[in-house]
Amino acid sequence: MAQGSAGTKDSDRPRVTTRQDGDRLVVQLAGAWTTRSIAGEDATLAALQPNGAGRAEIDLGGVAELDTTGAWLVYRTARGLKQRGLEVDFAGGEKAQLGLIETVARHDTHCPDAPPSANPLVAIVERLGRGTAEIFAEGRDLVNFLGHTIVVFVRSLLRPGSIRGTALISHMEQTGLNALPIVGLISFLIGVVLAYQGADQLARFGAQIFTVNLVGYGVLREMGILLTAIIVAGRSGSAFTAQIGTMKVNEEIDAMRTLGLDPMEVLVMPRVMALVLVLPLLTFYADMMGLFGGAVMATVELDITFFQFARQLHAGVTAWSFWVGLIKAPIFAFIIAMVGCYEGLKVSRSAESVGRQTTKAVVEAIFLVIVLDAVASIIFSELGI
Amino acid sequence: MPETNLIEVTGLRSQFGAQVIHDNLDFGVRRGEVMGLVGGSGSGKSVLLRTVIGLIRPAAGRIEVLGVDMLALSPAEQRAVQRRWGVLFQDGALFSSLTVAQNIEAPMKEHSRLSPALRRDMIDIKLSLAGLPTDAAHKYPSELSGGMRKRAGIARALALDPEILFLDEPTAGLDPIGASKFDELIAGLQRALDLTVVMVTHDLDSLHAICDRVSVLIDKRVKVGTIRELMDQPDPWIQEYFRGPRGRAAEAAASREARPV
Repeated sequence: MAQGSAGTKDSDRPRVTTRQDGDRLVVQLAGAWTTRSIAGEDATLAALQPNGAGRAEIDLGGVAELDTTGAWLVYRTARGLKQRGLEVDFAGGEKAQLGLIETVARHDTHCPDAPPSANPLVAIVERLGRGTAEIFAEGRDLVNFLGHTIVVFVRSLLRPGSIRGTALISHMEQTGLNALPIVGLISFLIGVVLAYQGADQLARFGAQIFTVNLVGYGVLREMGILLTAIIVAGRSGSAFTAQIGTMKVNEEIDAMRTLGLDPMEVLVMPRVMALVLVLPLLTFYADMMGLFGGAVMATVELDITFFQFARQLHAGVTAWSFWVGLIKAPIFAFIIAMVGCYEGLKVSRSAESVGRQTTKAVVEAIFLVIVLDAVASIIFSELGI
Repeated sequence: MPETNLIEVTGLRSQFGAQVIHDNLDFGVRRGEVMGLVGGSGSGKSVLLRTVIGLIRPAAGRIEVLGVDMLALSPAEQRAVQRRWGVLFQDGALFSSLTVAQNIEAPMKEHSRLSPALRRDMIDIKLSLAGLPTDAAHKYPSELSGGMRKRAGIARALALDPEILFLDEPTAGLDPIGASKFDELIAGLQRALDLTVVMVTHDLDSLHAICDRVSVLIDKRVKVGTIRELMDQPDPWIQEYFRGPRGRAAEAAASREARPV
């Protein structure tokens, strides 16, 4: 422990002086020997040579402050000199300082070194293999969970009494109503961008009017649903994981099970159902905002009035385009909610894992949504819709 | 023992919104003593501890630690003083992404110029001082038991050789054997390193075993004294606390141990 009162000043930096006195080596220490003040003196003491001396004296008379680090250096020096066959005495130390050196001597242990890190090349291969195996395990578990969710989902639909109304409405509000501003803004802007870029290219062929077709097809078939799904995955999928994950950390899920409540029914179902109900509505809203954005841009840039825009849209874009987009919404919603809940339930009992699983949930949900969207595109084009 | 107070809190007032936790509270800790801090649930023990270590800013009052007026300091100066004490939070509050050794090394790396080899030596010593087995060094906090996590927390609190050690419920959640071992550890460290210890606790056995004096938080103020002095206080809460069935059992256990065999 620090002897003396105030903090370390520059004037009481630790100092080492050695002198030879016959066959006696005198090591004089002075100043503050504390964790905060010690720097290079460590090396000085380590390099100490006995120079043929038979006895050594470590003089602590000038030491103003000594803490465990200082005491350890003194002890280590004494131990080193003893190992070289010298007789070592301490001189001038206060009782407390000598006591501290003794304490440190009693705790002179050596922990095993940290396990060496593997060869980087081997580590990369190992990580690759581990990662691949994990992806397959994760995929299998996810399919397993999908089956479980569908079973509970169908059972809930057959027994509507078991659906938790309050939770359902609350989740619909959080995932749907509260998402309106951000979904609306982004869709509007995407409509603007599509119209602007399309007009630029099509004007070269004098085909500006087909900008309307481009916006209509783009927004209704793909952009509306895809962007909404991605926003919802980032906004609500992550929230599901974090909510359920925190409950897992708090042992609330275990408490639920002991009370005879099924987390699948209480936590997962309201979220899945809420999202399945809400995402088609959000998608419809996003479609409308996207078309509105396109129409605004068309008016400003191409002098196409809203009326002309509507007529061209009616003529050029089939109703199927709209349905193709909307049909995908409940499927994507199911996937997003399921992945969110699944990753939440996989949280282990640490705060760190909540963050990890949340990231995973968002990445997986967006990945699956885009893969499914690609598959749907192929199927619809094969069907000629 | 010289009558210098290492920690001196005067006229402290803490409040959250309209709820007043401490009102005109005085609290002092002498150099080299072990001070216990007790009080009913919600009486503001933890708030007092957190206020002294600078995590909560009080509404009014003066806090002097190691002779420095803490509330008048700039953040940088405050940090310099904070390095002179160590804190053990309830569950150790170890950084979960670092191993035990890295946890202990973190403050050393930040606040000293010790060479890596010397840091390793010091980590070994702190681990041993905290009574941890050597193979715990490279484990992660999640791989340790509650008691070991607390010991690792102590080792980290000792990393910079503090003058004061603050402990928040050090024996909570430990089994009775683990708890009394932990009491011994604290008492041993206090003697060996000449520490001043302030501990919030509910553990009557700890109070009897290692505390020199006890501060009781009642009615937004502190009543301080040795356990024997406090027992003569007429306050019903104190009477209930020290003379209730648990209090008597702990006292009996303490006097049994004190008697020479």
